[in-house]
Amino acid sequence: MASTESATTQSAGTAITPEDIAARGVKADEDIARYALMLGDDSLILAQRLGHWISRAPELEEDVALGNIALDLLGHARFFLTYAGTAWDRSEDDLAYFRDEEQFRSCRLVEQENGDFGRTIARQLIFSYYQYELYRRLANSSDATLAAIAAKALKEVQYHQDHATQWSLRLGHGTEESARRLQEGFDVLWPYVGELFEDVEPIAALGNRAVAPSSLREDTMGRIVSALEEAGMTVPDAKPAYGSDRTGRFSEQRGYILAEMQVLARQHPGATW
Amino acid sequence: MTDQVHSGQEYFEHLIDQDSRVEPRDWMPDAYRKTLVRQVSQHAHSEIIGMQPEANWISRAPSLKRKAILMAKVQDEAGHGLYLYSAAETLGTPRDELNQQLLDGRAKYSSIFNYPARTWADIGAIGWLVDGAAICNQVPLCRASYGPYGRAMVRICKEESFHQRQGWEILYELSHGTEAQHQMAQDAVDRFYGPALQMFGPPDADSPNSQQSMAWKIKRFSNDDLRQRFVDMIVPQAEALGLTLPDPDLAWNEERGHYDYGELDWDEFFAVLKGQGPCNKQRMQRRREAHREGQWVREAAAAYAAKTSRTATSALIGA
Repeated sequence: MASTESATTQSAGTAITPEDIAARGVKADEDIARYALMLGDDSLILAQRLGHWISRAPELEEDVALGNIALDLLGHARFFLTYAGTAWDRSEDDLAYFRDEEQFRSCRLVEQENGDFGRTIARQLIFSYYQYELYRRLANSSDATLAAIAAKALKEVQYHQDHATQWSLRLGHGTEESARRLQEGFDVLWPYVGELFEDVEPIAALGNRAVAPSSLREDTMGRIVSALEEAGMTVPDAKPAYGSDRTGRFSEQRGYILAEMQVLARQHPGATW
Repeated sequence: MTDQVHSGQEYFEHLIDQDSRVEPRDWMPDAYRKTLVRQVSQHAHSEIIGMQPEANWISRAPSLKRKAILMAKVQDEAGHGLYLYSAAETLGTPRDELNQQLLDGRAKYSSIFNYPARTWADIGAIGWLVDGAAICNQVPLCRASYGPYGRAMVRICKEESFHQRQGWEILYELSHGTEAQHQMAQDAVDRFYGPALQMFGPPDADSPNSQQSMAWKIKRFSNDDLRQRFVDMIVPQAEALGLTLPDPDLAWNEERGHYDYGELDWDEFFAVLKGQGPCNKQRMQRRREAHREGQWVREAAAAYAAKTSRTATSALIGA
């Protein structure tokens, strides 16, 4: 693609890169591709959201930390989208930049606005715990590519969990204001938690190649609730929001996110960068 | 007392003469300390404010690979700010105080960041020209007489050279892409060329502080020498990119063995420095806003640290 040597090509010894996945020549079938899209879209949209904090964080160390988490998630998204694209001969960029709102499969939790730092941390706590439990299991997938991606992502998501846990404790037990803001964050986001554990299509068709979201619910929610309690938070008494599936009844925010993300690429269709 | 000061001064001068390093606990003249705090903190502030024009394009980067590279780059800049504030702290001024000087408008940052990043090609031009000029300035600073500053610069320069390469690569792709992409690249270079050359500061005749900094071996080359070095470096690079530099007087001078270049617009430079740039207000407003909106978070972290010790909580992680 680029005529000069790629600045992101990693040295030998690193587990996996998007270029490796493309070069492997393994072609995902349609069901696996749809599953990989769902996982990739979650990470891509959250990376897009977290990237907004860079240059706006409460302190420099957080510009670095949130930037790093966003970068990890973007990396995971690139793996999943590259792999999904093998089913339809489409590149990661075709899928990221040239699908419309109704074709994305991200969950509404990651699409929610960042809000203040308290809400961002609340979302990080929920989502990083979910991803940890997911990747821990997906690392044993009978699909070798998904297993390799999950094994790599798992190491990074452990740090995301640590970051969210540490900040939850600081905000939860810091000042009255910080506890109030963190609680508000959980309250606002809670209706979108249930969606993470729904066995949407094509999960049933994938058998032990995928991880059924419903099988994650008990362990993930148990750990999230413990973390909330440790942080002195009340577990919100909120029912799941309707429209909760990943297949087209998406949030109002999705259109804005994609409009911004895709604008330049769509002004120059077919161009390379 | 007088003897001690005298011997401290002698030792300091000895270190400078020997091209050795002054370390935080060594005696140093007040003016040397003050000059360094100003220079190192201004450099740190420039890294922090410089994050803004580039962060502006993270959300719209036109490919996922470019998005990843840009995120990593802006994150590096926050890291550079952190090392530099740490280096400045070894001279006795805490980071909070330095940050307050920036927020109050008492401290300066590099004026180049008061120009907007309008198009994606500007991200390429910032990498190639702005980071390129920064490298010319900073490589000699790796040998600065003050140890912590020189050592911070070694690491920063390594990362900056990577940043310059990614800028060059962006422009190369654009220049060899569609006609619209090529034009976007040329426009960006046209806009950033002059301001990038001005990053080395005013001409030597108008730069009174430079002499003292050179005598102290903080600065190793004059503004004009560094500017010349930069021009000599970018002319062949521009040719390789297939782009032109917007300077009709740019020509190889056989006798000097250097490129001649045209007069720069110093009226604009000083006006931007004094606050008249396209983005001065916007950059400061964003920094102040981030600081103000982060206040409650920093207070919470401080309150938590006062209430509890770190070790007690680490058991929770990785449960």
